[in-house]
Amino acid sequence: MDTEKTPTLTIRTPEGVAFSLHLAGPVTRFLAWGVDLACIGAFSKLMGIAVQIMGALNRDLAGAFQILAYFLISIGYGIVLEWGWRGQTLGKRLLRLRVMDENGLRLQFSQVVIRNLLRFVDSLPAFYLVGGLGCLISKKAQRLGDLAANTIVVRQPKIKEPDVDQIMGTMYNSLREHPHLAARLRRRTSVQEAEIALRAVLRRDELDPAARVDLFKNLAAHYQAKVPFPEAAVEGISDEQYVRNVADVLYRVSN
Amino acid sequence: MIIDLKKFISEERPFWTELEQRLDRMEKDPVRRMTLSELKRFHYLYQRASADLARIETFSAEVNLRVYLESLVARAYGEIHENRSGSSRFSPKNWFFRTFPQAFRRHMTAFWTALIIFSVGGLFGGAALSLDPDAKAVLMPFSHLKGDPSERVEKEEKAIHLGLEERKASFSSYLMTHNTKVSIFALALGISWGFGTVVVLFSNGVMLGAVAVDYMLAGETRFLLGWLLPHGAVEIPAILLASQAGLVLAGAMIGWGKRISFRTRFRKISGDLVTLIFGTAVLLIWAGFIEAFLSQYHEPVIPYALKIGFGTLELILLFTFLGMSGRKKKTDAVDSKDADHGH
Repeated sequence: MDTEKTPTLTIRTPEGVAFSLHLAGPVTRFLAWGVDLACIGAFSKLMGIAVQIMGALNRDLAGAFQILAYFLISIGYGIVLEWGWRGQTLGKRLLRLRVMDENGLRLQFSQVVIRNLLRFVDSLPAFYLVGGLGCLISKKAQRLGDLAANTIVVRQPKIKEPDVDQIMGTMYNSLREHPHLAARLRRRTSVQEAEIALRAVLRRDELDPAARVDLFKNLAAHYQAKVPFPEAAVEGISDEQYVRNVADVLYRVSN
Repeated sequence: MIIDLKKFISEERPFWTELEQRLDRMEKDPVRRMTLSELKRFHYLYQRASADLARIETFSAEVNLRVYLESLVARAYGEIHENRSGSSRFSPKNWFFRTFPQAFRRHMTAFWTALIIFSVGGLFGGAALSLDPDAKAVLMPFSHLKGDPSERVEKEEKAIHLGLEERKASFSSYLMTHNTKVSIFALALGISWGFGTVVVLFSNGVMLGAVAVDYMLAGETRFLLGWLLPHGAVEIPAILLASQAGLVLAGAMIGWGKRISFRTRFRKISGDLVTLIFGTAVLLIWAGFIEAFLSQYHEPVIPYALKIGFGTLELILLFTFLGMSGRKKKTDAVDSKDADHGH
């Protein structure tokens, strides 16, 4: 997990439960904006074709349509999409970002409008320099528009289901014979420790033979110290098999 | 502590699925109102999911399950703890005749401040031009205004065809969008503690003041009023309204004498800011039409008296509307008082 590396905003509910939101950094946001800019360009191009057709009928009206449509697309793109898609534009959707209320509440229309209108200032003097600096300085990675609208932009990465079935295949796991100890192991193991066991098992064939033996020896000792299982459960299994069993207990809910 | 995680999940999953379905329905149709029993059920499901999340936290290895429950609780939390209004259906009529003028009246200090800054700019521009006529090029960065006012008046009054006939619609669109951009800028610059808004207001005031004095000194006051009033009577107040919004934003940024947090101050004004800027845009659409279709025609095509009269009428109507529309009628207030006493 990269929780330490990415800034997060933890919200504690009155019910005493906490959930954390991963804040998006300026680079990801800049990329999303790039995608949005390309979309605005594409819409404008399409509109250009419509203007050409209209121009054959009435040049004045076609000109008026072009000016108004470009203005509405450039200003309204962010507002309409973020409101309709609950905080997402095409670029944000692609990069799995979402605008949210700073307190985790429902996003209001006024918030969407304000953060989009303040782009005028955030984009000054060029390439979102003001907004980018704001993102870097602010604790919650907010540009000026976010600050005024009380919004944040969060990353919502797709959680990849680890392919835990390949850990064990159809092999028998002796640790599962002791459900209370398995439960204790789950409780005492941190997210990072569980991830280490899983990654070690999944990448075991990439390791040098000596390093592989060493690594699994250390890991097995670490997990054994956490929750000692009875002799009968661990008798005759290698260190690597022990770590496999641990990863299986930690990640696989069903038998 | 959960011993049998599989059993726990299979028992709780129906409740999570139900909560997720309810949330999906609410997100698809945000204006739908729940019945009391639906609301109670939703609250129960939220509390149950919260409790499950608290229990699963001891199982730190169950990353995916925890992330799923966290997202579920986060979504439901937003709906349960949201107490700001905004879920009622939007009515354009109600917004224009009630919400907009009410928002304007709530921030009168900001409006008067904007008007004063604009007027000071106007006086400065006028004084600067009368003292130093050579400064015209700096004070008025518009090529068509740099020449002699009397010559322009003579030329425009003689010209039956203004060259606008073929492009009135596109000219009015240009005016609308350009002025709306300036207004948005005046609002957005409020975030610079109001400095940017003041600069926009003052510089626009300087330009208008310089143009006005230039034409007045040349003895072309009637032309000036006939030319500017029809659209200016709406356009200038619109810019003032956008600047009013900018100053309100600046006020929240500074927070003089307010014992509420930075975030709460912004939360309180966000609705009014949006109302004022959309109101400004509506006024500018009207002003754009008038400027393209009426303001550019002078005597003998349209008499100046008619244009000046039209502009004055617009100004009176606009401020009557902003000052009076959406006020609670006195009789209504008295009726409700009587009703209260009756009980």
